[in-house]
Amino acid sequence: MAAYIARRIGQALLVIWLAYTLVFLAVQLLPNDPVTIFLSADAAASPETIAAMKAQYGYDQPLLVQYFSQLTGLFRGDFGYSLASGQPVADRIGAVVGSTLILASSAFVTAVVFALIVVASATLIRITWLKRLIINLPPLFAAVPVFWLGLVLLQVLSIQLGVMSLFPDGSFASVAVPVFVLAIHVSAPIAQVLLKSTETVYAQPFIDVLRAKGASPSWIFFRHGLKNAAAPAMTISGITVGTLLAGSVITETVFARAGLGQVVLQSVTAQDVALVQGLVLLTATAFVVVNLVVDLIYPLLDPRILKSGTHGAPRALAA
Amino acid sequence: MSIKIDEPLLESVVEPDSPDTAGKTSGANTATEPKQGALRSPALWLTVAPLVVVIGWALFPSLFSGFDPITGVPAHKLQEPSAQHWFGTDHLGRDVFARVVHGTSQTLLTAGLAVLIGLIAGTGLGLLAATAGRAADAVTMRLIDVLLAVPGFLISLIIVTAFEPGPVSLGIGVGIASIASFARVVRSEVLRVRSLDYVEAAFMNGGTYWSVVFKHILPNSCGPVLALLAVDLGVAILAISGLGFLGFGSPPPTPEWGLLIAEGRQYLASAWWLTTLPGAVIVAVVILLAGLGRHLHKIFKF
Repeated sequence: MAAYIARRIGQALLVIWLAYTLVFLAVQLLPNDPVTIFLSADAAASPETIAAMKAQYGYDQPLLVQYFSQLTGLFRGDFGYSLASGQPVADRIGAVVGSTLILASSAFVTAVVFALIVVASATLIRITWLKRLIINLPPLFAAVPVFWLGLVLLQVLSIQLGVMSLFPDGSFASVAVPVFVLAIHVSAPIAQVLLKSTETVYAQPFIDVLRAKGASPSWIFFRHGLKNAAAPAMTISGITVGTLLAGSVITETVFARAGLGQVVLQSVTAQDVALVQGLVLLTATAFVVVNLVVDLIYPLLDPRILKSGTHGAPRALAA
Repeated sequence: MSIKIDEPLLESVVEPDSPDTAGKTSGANTATEPKQGALRSPALWLTVAPLVVVIGWALFPSLFSGFDPITGVPAHKLQEPSAQHWFGTDHLGRDVFARVVHGTSQTLLTAGLAVLIGLIAGTGLGLLAATAGRAADAVTMRLIDVLLAVPGFLISLIIVTAFEPGPVSLGIGVGIASIASFARVVRSEVLRVRSLDYVEAAFMNGGTYWSVVFKHILPNSCGPVLALLAVDLGVAILAISGLGFLGFGSPPPTPEWGLLIAEGRQYLASAWWLTTLPGAVIVAVVILLAGLGRHLHKIFKF
């Protein structure tokens, strides 16, 4: 177990470091450095201004020096400075990340509940047409753009029915509807994978044995089927972190909520490379940490993973 | 990712013989029978026909709508959908259906660029991982892990920030984001084909690495890739319309699907059709592409 945990943590750190390095290199490959890109948004800046700003933010140093000073800065919690506001990137992101985290995590929990409801009813319901309808829901959810669903709900709920305000006012509807919109989008891949793996599990002989012993369908599903089918769904849940972030940005824009979405939009519009770099590092870390947690939960769910020793076995199931 | 997961949907419509047997046996008979069955199935053609119409919108937009997408008739502004204006008109009196039809080529070209980048780079990486030895495999797979760890949305944002907002940056960004899924599918498919007897026979007949890879391995691995291509085109359309909605795509007068909805947002209270109907077109196209991917996956399954 200790070796398994150590290997997973090592891989996670490696991926974060690689992501950081790749983004650093990608920024260097751009035709211009971050300061010139940032200033190009304004009227033509004088070479002195550019040189002064470069010196201020350290972009005039040799590449290796920049790389190592930025990398060691990360360990002190220093993510560099946002060019547009002059504030530390960590402050800009830290000020709003809470609201986005709340939106994303509540949407994620709701999405898992949706997926469970869809799969449970698709497995347990015996009426053919209803079953087929439910099975077709996840592909539909996957095809609906987040921003469109948000706008249609705003249109119906606040303009036609008047049960929700157009702007966030702290009421239940203005909190719940964005979570619902994001959850619909995120639940699609989870439900699709869980449906597929449940089907695979139900084709195995032990389900027949359970049936023969007289277990009820719901007992079979909740006590045996779900537990055996959960691993691939957990893998895909970990992978949805990226979707959650992108969806949060769009949801926040549609519902005029404060959060990371605003920072993302501002940083892109102002061509603030340093801030975008910080956002990338933050998301990559969130992704890697969540997937690390998923990997560490697997053995609790299915001890066979530790014995087989083939790394990444559960991931292959959902690939 | 999503191609393997959602097969069971249309099974009963498509297949006369059980899909389970087709998946397990590898004889020539079972491999060809579901193919013909699938090609003859009405469900496949019901998926393809509307997509052909959409491609028609992209190629010959004027054939499908007589209205001008850029200049409107101010007297006809903000009209509800009617027999004359199917999707209504916007605040400048432009026909919304015409704007959707004329926006198709913009959206499809950007999505096509994205998918092409994902396909070429992904195939290259997947091929490298599967055929060039263990070290290359390990390095490539870690690279793919990194691509997966940085959300595609952010990759697109980096590209759009560094260059300038516009369809080309958008296509490149979304394309880089889709490399990982292509690379994974190509890798697993090439690994499967590589272990088959005829590949060994080709090597024994004196084939070089490149000749065997290009003559035998790649052509026989292309089925699932083709299926992914259809699905990924839908995913790219979603991503591009989302980024277009945020304002990172083509600048305003151009009709682009995401931008159309963003423009309609200001008239949410007075004109529901400006956002609802173009969005419904996006949903329909993405669902059809996912369905096409499912059919292709079934046709090429051995």
